[in-house]
Amino acid sequence: MINFELDDEQKLIRETVIAFARDEIRPHAREADEKGSVPAALLQRGWDLGLVQNMIPEEYGGFGTEHSALTGAVIAEELAYGDLAIATHLLAPRLLTVPLLEFGSTELKSRLLPAFCGESFEPGSAAVVEPRFDFDPAAPATTLRREGDDYVVSGAKCYVPLGAQAKHLLVLAGLTNGDGAVHPQAIVVARDTPGLRVGEREKNMGLKALETTTLDLDACRVPRDQVLAVGDQAAMRRLANLWRVGVSAMAVGVARAAYDYAREYAKERRAFGQAIGQKQAIAFMLAEMAMEVDAMRLLVWEAAWKLDRHEDATREAYLARRYTSDVTLRIADNALQVLGGHGYIRDHMVELFLRNARGFATLEGLAIA
Amino acid sequence: MVDFELSPEIMAQREQLHMLAEHAMRPIAREYDEREHEKPWDFINMMWQLSKASDIGPGKEGKQDGKKKAVDSNRNLRTVIAVEELSWGDAGLYLSIPGPGLGGAAVQAVGTPEQKERFLSRFKGDKPVWSAMAITEPGAGSDSAAIQTTAVRDGDHWVLNGTKIFCTSGLMAGDPKNSNGFIVVWATVDRAAGRAGIKSFIVDAGTPGMTVAKCEDKLGIRASDTATLIFEDCRIPLDNILGSPEVPKTSEGFKGVMATFDATRPIVAASALGVGRAALDFVREELKKQGVEIRYGVAPSKLTAIERDFMDMETQLQAARLLTWRAAWMMDNGQKNNLEASMAKAKAGLVVTQVTQKAVEMLGPLGYSRQLLVEKWMRDAKINDIFEGTQQINMMIIARRILGYTSKELS
Ligand SMILES: Cc1cc2nc3c(=O)[nH]c(=O)nc-3n(C[C@H](O)[C@H](O)[C@H](O)COP(=O)(O)OP(=O)(O)OC[C@H]3O[C@@H](n4cnc5c(N)ncnc54)[C@H](O)[C@@H]3O)c2cc1C
Ligand SMILES: Cc1cc2nc3c(=O)[nH]c(=O)nc-3n(C[C@H](O)[C@H](O)[C@H](O)COP(=O)(O)OP(=O)(O)OC[C@H]3O[C@@H](n4cnc5c(N)ncnc54)[C@H](O)[C@@H]3O)c2cc1C
Repeated sequence: MINFELDDEQKLIRETVIAFARDEIRPHAREADEKGSVPAALLQRGWDLGLVQNMIPEEYGGFGTEHSALTGAVIAEELAYGDLAIATHLLAPRLLTVPLLEFGSTELKSRLLPAFCGESFEPGSAAVVEPRFDFDPAAPATTLRREGDDYVVSGAKCYVPLGAQAKHLLVLAGLTNGDGAVHPQAIVVARDTPGLRVGEREKNMGLKALETTTLDLDACRVPRDQVLAVGDQAAMRRLANLWRVGVSAMAVGVARAAYDYAREYAKERRAFGQAIGQKQAIAFMLAEMAMEVDAMRLLVWEAAWKLDRHEDATREAYLARRYTSDVTLRIADNALQVLGGHGYIRDHMVELFLRNARGFATLEGLAIA
Repeated sequence: MVDFELSPEIMAQREQLHMLAEHAMRPIAREYDEREHEKPWDFINMMWQLSKASDIGPGKEGKQDGKKKAVDSNRNLRTVIAVEELSWGDAGLYLSIPGPGLGGAAVQAVGTPEQKERFLSRFKGDKPVWSAMAITEPGAGSDSAAIQTTAVRDGDHWVLNGTKIFCTSGLMAGDPKNSNGFIVVWATVDRAAGRAGIKSFIVDAGTPGMTVAKCEDKLGIRASDTATLIFEDCRIPLDNILGSPEVPKTSEGFKGVMATFDATRPIVAASALGVGRAALDFVREELKKQGVEIRYGVAPSKLTAIERDFMDMETQLQAARLLTWRAAWMMDNGQKNNLEASMAKAKAGLVVTQVTQKAVEMLGPLGYSRQLLVEKWMRDAKINDIFEGTQQINMMIIARRILGYTSKELS
């Protein structure tokens, strides 16, 4: 039965995250962007919300709540509303824990998950994107080979969040089958694996508070059970769709942040004897933003809902991802336009929103679940 | 809990209507586009029998007269799904289907029990009946508060004078040769009072003083008549006014009249979706015939231009559909949906014009040819960006809402 309302538990989580984004994240967003780092105290308070520990089963020390893509989307939107870089930092551990939970063996889970149920922030990460213009997550150039009982991973990655901090990373690589076709595969790789080299911290246009690095994998040998769901293409599709939904939800958050900022400004700023919000050229831009934020959220929720029913959501997640990238960029650009020259100045947040929004359109593999 | 699955009951209805759209509407769609001003009587009579026999068809409200919404807690959702399906068949034919329509919706929303009995019971008879809504005038369209038609009280009657244009089904509802219908007419009882003086009146088909003067020749939706109605000392009974005859100090009354749009805008949005989906389905089929599959999940760098266009169309339509379902769902759940109804209408109206125009472009010679229906869908689509509030008017309603402006502060 059609229903557009979150359940009580989701509403409660949402309220909590809204308050956190408003009171803790946003006030630090500008400074974090300028300094290129997220304050440790803020990370700790974010950790204390339990967004990572929540879905880890009690036997590993977590709270044992079932993982829901929809709840994840709600959280991602609200955190990103506060700030995209800080949100990505806070959620980066989930890049590892969610795939582990969904596809990891019991042995692997009991080995890795307890670290994510401790008292303080535990970094985790995924290395998905590759430094090439035509990167294709469905056919990564990073290779995976079987060698005896082990697997060997080789290739280059970029935009790896917390690449230098995470003790374990999820690496996306292509397994070449007997038929010559390349199938994507997710592999858990420990940072101290011989052959793995974490590169320089990257300097990006946006998301400046987030540490991202390059990664070189030179014949990194990993035990068989660290290759998740070997040969299971449906599982890898599901993983890609979880990422798409997570990233799209964050795009909605950024779009909404830009829209809210511009709307409030438009009510205050006066020109030609009126608030600029009373000019249709401005009012209609704001109306479009409001409408598109809602439309985007519904598309994201629909894809998330399908994932939670364990149905193939490739079409929905893929289309939502494309749409939210385009529309969020447009909304951020229009939001800056509403502020005129002031929007161009770093005293206001909109230029930061625009720089961050550009990232969605570019980083196909920027992966958050 | 968030859920995007339609109930089995609604799915079954959709299935049924899809068959009807495919087998009873598509085959005559071109014919009644070319033979403008002729009525598809076989189709009309069939729809009338069908809507009486079952509960399908938009605007079926007769059954729960006087009872609260608990009787049918998803009527609005059911209606938008039905309207999308029928408009997938043909938007012009859909608009020509007899039934309570917009006039009936107004009676349903603000009529007294006596008025509901008097006017809505007609829709249970053996012969098709239409109703219509006449707001627009030659000098006032979007600015509906500026209408000039007057209603003056004279003893036991109201006397109407003025001209209404662009009245959908005005011919079928207003001419007694066609049906025992009625027209809901907006008129002012006090020009000096502005919007507070605007009231709506029910005028029976064939009332002396009301003439159906002409029907427009249009770009699209040609199976639906769009009539000019002239009122010259047209006398109607006193109790044919909808709502109170008092002129309030505030414009609350006007807002009440405008509230019917919260129910009807999602319906127009749904009709837009139907036309858009018709075009999208057709494009998909044609591409398939040429061996072109749409590959979801492919890296952006590997997408073809055709795939990009198709995916854009598909996503835009789905975005509009979800906004439409939400607006209807909110109304079913007793929530105020003024903002959301305008979002649905603005989005769907724009999207359907873009999607159908793109379809003509993508299909090249097939798109432009009158042998096929694609060019017709493009012509039919455009109306959805105009009636029930143009694109701009709906954007203004959204803007006022989100900025907290009155109609004086933003117009
Ligand atoms: C890097 C930089 C360099 C600059 N250099 C100079 C310089 O050398 N000399 C100088 O004098 N100025 C300079 N400016 C200022 C620049 O010209 C102004 O920022 C610009 O004219 C817009 O004015 P505003 O910022 O006050 O925006 P506002 O006038 O407040 O406008 C805000 C928004 O409202 C819109 N708007 C305003 N009025 C209307 C209306 N009637 N209808 C519809 N929309 C409306 C605007 O288009 C804009 O989108 C500079 C600005 C920047 C950012
Ligand atoms: C086929 C058809 C069927 C119709 N059916 C009915 C019906 O059943 N009953 C009925 O009463 N009416 C009906 N209409 C009328 C329809 O509702 C009006 O055409 C519509 O409301 C627009 O009014 P208008 O045509 O006078 O355009 P105008 O109001 O003159 O508008 C012209 C343009 O100016 C824009 N505009 C107007 N005001 C503003 C503003 N404040 N800010 C920015 N832009 C503005 C409009 O968006 C539009 O683009 C029908 C029309 C058609 C074509």
